[in-house]
Amino acid sequence: MYSFHYIEAKSLKEAGDLLAANPDAKLLAGGMTLIPTMKARLAQPSPLVDIAGLGELTGIELGDGKLVIGAATKHHDVATSGVVKKAIPALARLAGLIGDPQVRNLGTLGGSVANNDPAADYPAAVLALGATVITTRREIAAEDYFQGMFATALEPGEIVVRLSFPIPRRAAYAKFPHPASGYAMAGVFIAGTANGVRVAVTGAGPGVFRWPDAEAALAKNMNPAALDALVVAADDLNEDLHAPREYRAHLVKVMAQRAAAAL
Amino acid sequence: MTTIEVTVNGVNYSREVEDRMLLVNLLRDELGLTGTHIGCDTSQCGCCTVHVDGRAVKSCSMLAAQANGAEIVTIEGMARNGALHPIQQAFTECHGLQCGFCTPGMIMAVAGLLKDNPDPSDEEIVHGLEGNLCRCTGYINIVKAVKRGAELLCGNGDKSSRR
Ligand SMILES: Cc1cc2nc3c(=O)[nH]c(=O)nc-3n(C[C@H](O)[C@H](O)[C@H](O)COP(=O)(O)OP(=O)(O)OC[C@H]3O[C@@H](n4cnc5c(N)ncnc54)[C@H](O)[C@@H]3O)c2cc1C
Ligand code: FES
Ligand code: FES
Repeated sequence: MYSFHYIEAKSLKEAGDLLAANPDAKLLAGGMTLIPTMKARLAQPSPLVDIAGLGELTGIELGDGKLVIGAATKHHDVATSGVVKKAIPALARLAGLIGDPQVRNLGTLGGSVANNDPAADYPAAVLALGATVITTRREIAAEDYFQGMFATALEPGEIVVRLSFPIPRRAAYAKFPHPASGYAMAGVFIAGTANGVRVAVTGAGPGVFRWPDAEAALAKNMNPAALDALVVAADDLNEDLHAPREYRAHLVKVMAQRAAAAL
Repeated sequence: MTTIEVTVNGVNYSREVEDRMLLVNLLRDELGLTGTHIGCDTSQCGCCTVHVDGRAVKSCSMLAAQANGAEIVTIEGMARNGALHPIQQAFTECHGLQCGFCTPGMIMAVAGLLKDNPDPSDEEIVHGLEGNLCRCTGYINIVKAVKRGAELLCGNGDKSSRR
């Protein structure tokens, strides 16, 4: 690792000021993406501004048809929260499928959403549920927030504070995990919401995306068989040594059917 | 440099460390606690698992500075007064190790698993140990050892099996 300066932020304001004053500064939350990246010398930020301990960024609250989760909430806490399990069980289940227990004990919701790895799990839930990303500057709709591989609407110095998930009528997530890392080779989150059925796909493409054909089919018939006739176009999907794009296209449909079966 | 204060296996330490020092290097190089191993050094294998404030983490993927103020338990903190911890005892009885390189991390991960789920099924054990790799055992005896450890921890040590 290159040398850097570490600062434990005492408040959200202090973290914001440090980012504004230091163009090379970076936030550190769970470190489960950032520290391995820095160890591989793929990034050289300084100072690292640790926000993991900020009370302003933690907490899980239910009210007014919404589930609001602080950005520094760890995957383990989402997975085991009684409130999340009751309000959006599919979200708790998704959090419990991320990586492994040690990763879930440190990794955070905000870090995952800020990083927007194309194979990360949370982006599928955020997009399918039509959640809102609340930052230190504004509220961003999921639709506008995700902008492709590792790209988001976040501006330099902007900090994710919490996410607000509208409570769906029902929802389910199914993923085909990479056997070593647990990241999604394909993951599909289906939500039956007040605004209709929403289907979001992660792991398969360069970034999380919605699958309108599946949404239309499930709106008519909320049943795995409704997806039988659909074909997922492989052209724009990812291809790597783990899976060719045609296989990923196949997995998307199978995962969507598994999620639909679990609704 | 950052000054950090940590409690490791019940002993308080204060050290001035480089900001980029990893927790595993603090434990091994500064405190001489070499029971915590470095396997992959890339967050995959779990050899370096220790408990920080009661939760299992990979100490190769955490800065020592992030652990400032924390209570840490390593494999050296498991045995008490010369007696093996029940999970260590179970690994011994069930032959849950061969070369032993993964074992310190495995034991710490199992301790974390059994804390959250004192009576796990085979499937829950496999899911709960996803962060730990073993090149020797094929995991079968590790799963047995976790079941035995669960028995010993809940005081059912005299029964060889609960099924
Ligand atoms: C072995 C392993 C397996 C994994 N498997 C999976 C998996 O199956 N599925 C999955 O989804 N993920 C997986 N991950 C990634 C894990 O979920 C990470 O925890 C997560 O992607 C990043 O969260 P973090 O809190 O660790 O962020 P960090 O690593 O601390 O930060 C990541 C990035 O986000 C920025 N950031 C952090 N918090 C904020 C904030 N509040 N506002 C703005 N920017 C912020 C940081 O500056 C940095 O650029 C895995 C990781 C490992 C090491
Ligand atoms: S050495 Fe830490 S996970 Fe392998
Ligand atoms: S016993 Fe050799 S790696 Fe597990």
